[in-house]
Amino acid sequence: MNLTLRVWRQKNAGDPGRMVEYPATGIIPDMSFLEMLDVVNEGLIAKGEEPIAFDSDCREGICGTCSLVINGIAHGGQRGTTCCQLHMRFFKDGDVITIEPWRAKGFPVLRDLVTDRGAFDRIVQSGGFISVNTGGTPDANALPVSKVDSDRAMDAAACIGCGACVAACKNASAMLFVAAKVSHLAQLPQGKVERTQRVTNMVKQMDVEGFGNCTVTGSCEAVCPKEISLDFIAQMNREYGRAILKGTK
Amino acid sequence: MILDSKIPSGPLAQKWEKHKFDMKLVNPANKRKFEVIVVGSGLAGASAAATMAELGYQVKCFCFQDSPRRAHSIAAQGGINAAKNYQNDGDSVHRLFYDTIKGGDFRAREANVYRLAQVSVNIIDQCVAQGVPFAREYGGLLTNRSFGGAQVSRTFYARGQTGQQLLLGAYQALSRQIGNGNVKMYPRTEMLDVVVVDGHAKGIVVRDLVTGEISAHAGDAVVLATGGYGNVFYLSTNARGCNVTATWRAYKKGAAFANPCYTQIHPTCIPVSGDHQSKLTLMSESLRNDGRVWAPKKKGDTRRPDQIPEDERDYFLERKYPSFGNLAPRDISSRAAKEACDEGRGVGPGGLGVYLDFADAIKRLGEETVRERYGNLFQMYEKITGEDAYKTPMRIYPAVHYTMGGTWVDYNLMSSVPGLFVIGEANFSDHGANRLGASALMQGLADGYFILPYTIGNYFASEKQPKPNLAHPEFKKALESVEAMTKRLLSINGKRSVTSFHRELGKLIWDKCGMARTQQSLKEALARIPELRAEFWKNVKVTGDNSNLNQDLEAAGRVADFLEFGELLCLDALTREESCGGHFRVEHQQPDGEAKRDDEHFSFVSAWEYQGPGKTPLLHKEPLVYEEVHMSTRSYK
Ligand SMILES: Cc1cc2nc3c(=O)[nH]c(=O)nc-3n(C[C@H](O)[C@H](O)[C@H](O)COP(=O)(O)OP(=O)(O)OC[C@H]3O[C@@H](n4cnc5c(N)ncnc54)[C@H](O)[C@@H]3O)c2cc1C
Ligand code: FES
Repeated sequence: MNLTLRVWRQKNAGDPGRMVEYPATGIIPDMSFLEMLDVVNEGLIAKGEEPIAFDSDCREGICGTCSLVINGIAHGGQRGTTCCQLHMRFFKDGDVITIEPWRAKGFPVLRDLVTDRGAFDRIVQSGGFISVNTGGTPDANALPVSKVDSDRAMDAAACIGCGACVAACKNASAMLFVAAKVSHLAQLPQGKVERTQRVTNMVKQMDVEGFGNCTVTGSCEAVCPKEISLDFIAQMNREYGRAILKGTK
Repeated sequence: MILDSKIPSGPLAQKWEKHKFDMKLVNPANKRKFEVIVVGSGLAGASAAATMAELGYQVKCFCFQDSPRRAHSIAAQGGINAAKNYQNDGDSVHRLFYDTIKGGDFRAREANVYRLAQVSVNIIDQCVAQGVPFAREYGGLLTNRSFGGAQVSRTFYARGQTGQQLLLGAYQALSRQIGNGNVKMYPRTEMLDVVVVDGHAKGIVVRDLVTGEISAHAGDAVVLATGGYGNVFYLSTNARGCNVTATWRAYKKGAAFANPCYTQIHPTCIPVSGDHQSKLTLMSESLRNDGRVWAPKKKGDTRRPDQIPEDERDYFLERKYPSFGNLAPRDISSRAAKEACDEGRGVGPGGLGVYLDFADAIKRLGEETVRERYGNLFQMYEKITGEDAYKTPMRIYPAVHYTMGGTWVDYNLMSSVPGLFVIGEANFSDHGANRLGASALMQGLADGYFILPYTIGNYFASEKQPKPNLAHPEFKKALESVEAMTKRLLSINGKRSVTSFHRELGKLIWDKCGMARTQQSLKEALARIPELRAEFWKNVKVTGDNSNLNQDLEAAGRVADFLEFGELLCLDALTREESCGGHFRVEHQQPDGEAKRDDEHFSFVSAWEYQGPGKTPLLHKEPLVYEEVHMSTRSYK
């Protein structure tokens, strides 16, 4: 396959950045999208040009590091798939493909396609945990948890924190990410103790980080590589409403 | 260098209790006066950093990813072992201990392994309290599955994402401590040197991967939790960033490196599809609970799998190892698959593959149940190969997966450099020559939650070391040497890319020091690696500069270290004139092709001490003494 790439290049946070066109030739359908970029980068290095910077690590769809907007869609548009697991058989010979970084106020670009998603970490630091210290915990089977609750907690906990939900949202809202963590922990008896404070703190931090409001367009769910359901946003809204009624600060 | 394993005296089952009592404590009010540097935020690093911060130490934690949550541990699929005996199937601490020692082919340290089995039960309690959503039965209690090398069901799991859920548990505990100011986190920061002052580790030198700034950090102790070195093979199931840099540079500062030749080749990975391949993908061992491994009986049989009748299939694991069947341990299963392919019975492109077939399981359990158990793995398989494994068997082939070797540590997890501790996959301690499935997660969390936080206190309380001082000339020296290496890499401006060197090295090591090793193949590798390394330093092209994010430069530093480390790996393999676990020397096999261990001459840990550039490292031998188990020929027949 031969393709044309239009790629966002930006030297560092201070550089205004621009789109640059590159040919991608001799691409095999079995390659992953990132392997296709590796091939293009090897070509650039051979010419003495700097390769396109993009983030990746596991390359199997679980670490949440890869983060490309491909043809305007976060992760490229194959349902439930991160861009590292998107394969070139998804494209056609001769395609023109635009590749951009996540774009959101909360995720500043560091270079080319690499962004700073530290805001997500700070949201978790504000309350996305259960406050237990190591040791002195009861036997794991001391407290049965219904399979339904446990499965639902797992559905929410499957979030990989990639940030595609933010990148896809016209308001750059982080609601799906925050809702997934709030719901995961609120679903389990161990997490119920702190549920009020947790949701209050996490929502507050989300606002501090400059993420927008949720207007429930569902674009986040559509691009989520783990198919995290919008239902969790509803669950979080209930959690938040409950916290307001309880009057936490 | 004198290696003292510091194994406590007394009966095996009481060593850890006794040791915990004998260790000196740091008074709670004094803990905050100690600063601990933790490099790595995987299961080992995150759990250690969080726990030490809870205890009151001041912690700095470093990782090269953009968030601690993305450490390679996130990718573990299948599960974590613990001797809970919830299934009432005869499990016990002693059985887990024995299985691990035997699985490691009697090349692990008995006392460490026993302690690992003991604390395994606490790990599950801890994780459940943190909100890890392990799989459960309808009655609300935890459920288990079986893993290779065990005849009991002791593996806890969270769908096919156990590593992710355990890491998120540890990450959340770590985040809590970052939030309340007890841990300072440095993501996108790579450690490039250890600073040793008067024989004790006192700090590290790091490079900020965004700005390129190189700086030093001082601490009362340094903990490396930097994972394994599987990427020396270039293609492996490890994440792209996994590297040997931290432990290698520590080695050059005096931390002996143990058993580098013990590398694990995992039997069930998706076969290589072409030269463009950037990594290999594991299909979890848990699949072997229900999948059956087979190859055609006939050589060069190119029929579609559904066209090959039952009596023309060779279910080789069931045939060769009837009592463990498809759940034979990894080293044994991998070699069996390789044998089938070497005999010309492999399937798929290039004949490098065997089948993992779910037809029987689907018949027995229904597609729904299979989907519930392994759905995400089937989906991943389809994304990569474009094939539907519910309809046609998966094609699998062995791939590099895990490294049992690592920095030598004593019973306290301290390396041969006092004050430098090494935990998780980065150390060598618990898995001998072969690791059993679902035991790496267990070890990482055991080290981080339940062992290191105690033993490090003993170091502080008994050593009474002077406070680290950034002004010490050793810090300046380390900074200068890191800066010089960075400058040198950027100035070579040769013709070959960093990746091309990494690929060539990886292929060389896979061919010469992979699933089967011979004296000759190892000698060839040992001749070729220095040439390749010399070419690297003359002809590599590293683009860009040091004042911006530069992924080419990051990779160059890691490959430079692999090019040195690869030589030690092959030297260790050449020196170990026996076959054990993942180390199979063709010259040393039983008449039936099984590994032939030589306990009389090789019942020791090989710990290599750096002697300076271009000099052959010095081999130290830590004898392995078994008080409790009887060393026997490992049989899964
Ligand atoms: C695909 C796959 C599946 C697996 N499945 C299982 C399983 O089911 N059960 C099981 O028990 N085991 C499994 N394993 C093995 C297990 O996942 C690993 O052995 C384990 O997670 C390693 O944890 P760790 O904390 O030691 O290191 P890692 O998780 O690798 O973490 C290393 C950390 O060190 C940091 N780091 C490394 N070098 C530097 C440096 N120079 N400077 C700064 N930071 C650095 C990284 O940023 C990272 O934070 C699997 C492994 C793979 C590859
Ligand atoms: S690189 Fe890990 S999810 Fe894509």
